[in-house]
Amino acid sequence: MMHASLYRPGNSVLHRLPAGLKLSVLLAAGGCSILVRTPTQTTTALGCVLLGYVVARVPARAVLQSLRPLLWVILALGLFQALIMGWPRAFVIVGVIVALVLLANLVTLTTRTNDLVDVVVRLSRRVRLLGMRPESIGLMLSLAIRAVPLVAELAARVREAQQARGHTISPRAFAVPLILGALRRADEIGDALAARGYDD
Amino acid sequence: MLIDINDVSHRYPGRAKPVVDDLSVRLDERRIAVIGANGSGKSTFARMLNGLVIPSVGSVKIDGLHTSRHGSQIRKKVGFCFTDPDSQIVMPTVAEDVAFGLRRRGWSKAEIAARVHDQLSSYGLDRHAEHAAHLLSGGQKQLLALASILVTEPELLIMDEPTTLLDLRNTRMVADLVSGLPQQVVMVTHDLDLLADFDRVLVFEQTRLVHDGPPAEAVAFYRALMGVDA
Repeated sequence: MMHASLYRPGNSVLHRLPAGLKLSVLLAAGGCSILVRTPTQTTTALGCVLLGYVVARVPARAVLQSLRPLLWVILALGLFQALIMGWPRAFVIVGVIVALVLLANLVTLTTRTNDLVDVVVRLSRRVRLLGMRPESIGLMLSLAIRAVPLVAELAARVREAQQARGHTISPRAFAVPLILGALRRADEIGDALAARGYDD
Repeated sequence: MLIDINDVSHRYPGRAKPVVDDLSVRLDERRIAVIGANGSGKSTFARMLNGLVIPSVGSVKIDGLHTSRHGSQIRKKVGFCFTDPDSQIVMPTVAEDVAFGLRRRGWSKAEIAARVHDQLSSYGLDRHAEHAAHLLSGGQKQLLALASILVTEPELLIMDEPTTLLDLRNTRMVADLVSGLPQQVVMVTHDLDLLADFDRVLVFEQTRLVHDGPPAEAVAFYRALMGVDA
């Protein structure tokens, strides 16, 4: 099973850019997104992001994978906006969201987790004043990224178990084992962290 | 390292029955195995050795250090390998997981990268360095888990059923790797074929240590206990 939003090794210009710069561009893009008003601007923004994928030599499959979880939300939002505000406005809103998701995905695809975590730790230095450790925030971020494929695998296993027993789709029968499994996995990872000396 | 367990019993909160009962044993052999039926107390015993479980009664000392008071100090000397490597791999990519244990050593990035590269090369995982850990095969994941623990050079390695989820080839690979380690090893296992080279085997049954001896004798005792012919 392949998951989006994980580092893909490479040697492109984007791979070699400092993680801090890439995160700054992402942040700036998020801030500037409210300035995008026309379909032409939206198309330009989407084009720039897709050009980034070409430069980073990321296959089109990865682009689609990063959008798959959002597909229904995008469709529903697009349809709603089209009915209320018209198709041009719907295109702008959906296009900006898609561009930002793709840009965020491009940053994680071209940046090692450790480099991202180092930037977050550097930016979090001030939390020491509150008695917190920036390293803990970095660790939290790494664990969250690591948890994505683990929870996805767990969900797939629960779904398979349901199908094997002939159950039809039942949110409760899906959610209960998924939550219990995720909690058990969290416990195990807590033990592993303690065993590897991260217990203080 | 001398493992000194004195009058230990342990009961998990909210449970009426103990999971380990009245255990006293001193261990200093290089290769020690622990066998027993499911629920016999083997895993709890293993977890006591690096302070992941602190016994309700009695004391566990590793080289004279109490696990109840010196947990962090002990865990720097004692590595722990879990049954399921997915529970143990805490970083998203292979190289990052090996680097994880080294990050608190105050080494430079270049030093850590060089050490990680050496470690991955010696475990045949160097070409997977930048790969997502969850994409590795079961055997490769267990190798990665071991590489990540051993990169910090612990003096004692505790392994809780490290081959249970592996196929025969990967089980052999892990067994060969363990037999070549310079570290003292305590391995909890259901795989009786792994025990031939061990110095001492403990047999647990219903929370108690019921036999302690060399492999052949312990395996014969265990088979008789389980009602299984050799």
